[in-house]
Amino acid sequence: MSGLKVIQPGMLTLIQDLGRFGAHSLGLTHGGPLDRLAFNWANRLLGNDINASCLEVSFGGLVLESGVDTVIAITGAELPCTLNGSSISQWQTLSIKRGDKLELGYTVVGTRAYLAVAGGFDIPHSFGSSSTVVREKIGGIHGDKLQAGDHLPCDPISLDSNQFLAEQHRPQYGNSAILHVVPGYQQHAFDSAQHWRFFNSDYRVTDRSDRMGFRLEGPMIKSEIVGMLSEGICHGAIQIPADGQPIVLMNDRQTIGGYPKIGSVIPADTARLAQLSPGATVCFEAISVERAHNLHWLEKSRYERTQPEQC
Amino acid sequence: MRIETAGQDALIVYFADQTNPMVSATIQHAVTIIQAEMPEIIVDLVPSYASLLVIYDIDACDHFEIKRRLREALYDPDITNLGERDLVILPVYYSLESGPDLKTIADRSNISTDEVIDIHLGREYRVYAIGFAPGFAYLGEVDERIATPRLATPRQKVPRGAVAIADRQTAVYPAQSPGGWNLIGLCPTRMFDPSKEPSMPVKVGDQIKFERIDRNEYISLGGTL
Repeated sequence: MSGLKVIQPGMLTLIQDLGRFGAHSLGLTHGGPLDRLAFNWANRLLGNDINASCLEVSFGGLVLESGVDTVIAITGAELPCTLNGSSISQWQTLSIKRGDKLELGYTVVGTRAYLAVAGGFDIPHSFGSSSTVVREKIGGIHGDKLQAGDHLPCDPISLDSNQFLAEQHRPQYGNSAILHVVPGYQQHAFDSAQHWRFFNSDYRVTDRSDRMGFRLEGPMIKSEIVGMLSEGICHGAIQIPADGQPIVLMNDRQTIGGYPKIGSVIPADTARLAQLSPGATVCFEAISVERAHNLHWLEKSRYERTQPEQC
Repeated sequence: MRIETAGQDALIVYFADQTNPMVSATIQHAVTIIQAEMPEIIVDLVPSYASLLVIYDIDACDHFEIKRRLREALYDPDITNLGERDLVILPVYYSLESGPDLKTIADRSNISTDEVIDIHLGREYRVYAIGFAPGFAYLGEVDERIATPRLATPRQKVPRGAVAIADRQTAVYPAQSPGGWNLIGLCPTRMFDPSKEPSMPVKVGDQIKFERIDRNEYISLGGTL
């Protein structure tokens, strides 16, 4: 089958669709794109199915050679992109031809870029999804990150016109983020002084952050819990281990764990967190679950109302 | 039963403060009820020792509705017997060669390594939870005499099939991975094989019985050393 060839895989490039749901009973995690909004836009610009398989390019460094005439879109983190050496824009559709060389440099602002191809990459599903979870050796190509020489199958497709997303509608990636938290789980095992400290301090993103969890560094938070039974962990859950340094659990989190949790970061904000580099600063703001649902609906309706423009 | 918020799209139902087979059976019963009564709003369920994490579709149902429906559905989930459970036999090659921590466990309780093995073989275990890694089943509870805390320094490499103990839990490692549990033997049965249907030989709620095999049987059943 026609497709794109991986010349240089970059630091961490993974096949992702929306994720693997309904397989927690086997111990399989959700996976899926760390920044779902940027992922969605890559597919939407091309008119793809919302669950079409894309590449999540962490930190950049990806070089591909096209073996097909097709159309691509690159969204998410800002990184220098060239086609046969000429600069190309992100957040827009772009036709490529057989033999073209596509290069994504290293990320300048943000850390996760998404590359979609018209019709999506044709990757077999395992347990209902193409999402790669390297720790589980599941999904993608051989359950692993992209390697040089990998073939990314996709159909030849041409689109009548090109589309782009106007700059004011694109997410802004920076060097800090406010993370909205729905308090929950063992929140009552943290006394008011701990709550005050947690919600009024800045935390730094450490370099021990990955798709499983983002480890933060800052004022120590203590819980009154000594030992607890392992229990299910949801997306964004904030674990406080014995060293008092919070870990925000992300897409590739283990499905159960035994550390106390003070609440969970809402998914829209785990996406912002995922775009930060080590050294960036975050702070937490507590919101009710009702407000979290309102924010979800607002973001969803904003996304649906926003239309890409013709080039 | 206590329902707590876990996150924007997740609730956690606590059934008890401690676990026992009856609590675990109640949770398993709750899973069945939820799967039957509200499949259209459920994204994933994670049963564990004394809790059940319910991840729901917030585009299909809000926080109030899911809470109300869970309360209604689980109004009286207490059950009086453990119900029908599948019994799964897992063969284990116990030896100092395949179980490097047998001696440590024996020394802690002043018993012989053969006694450790007999005690481990001496009862059936319940699958309380599956997690940590694909196919990793938490089995409980082992006799206090062989309960052993995790290693201070986890091993970089625990082989696939390693039968292990941590506190009062026991498990079979489904794949080679780092791990801090105490190793007592090797099981040739694949605990997770994505190419098979079903991909796991056990599920939450099953009863597990270990059966002693020797080195030759272990090898002939596909085991490697």
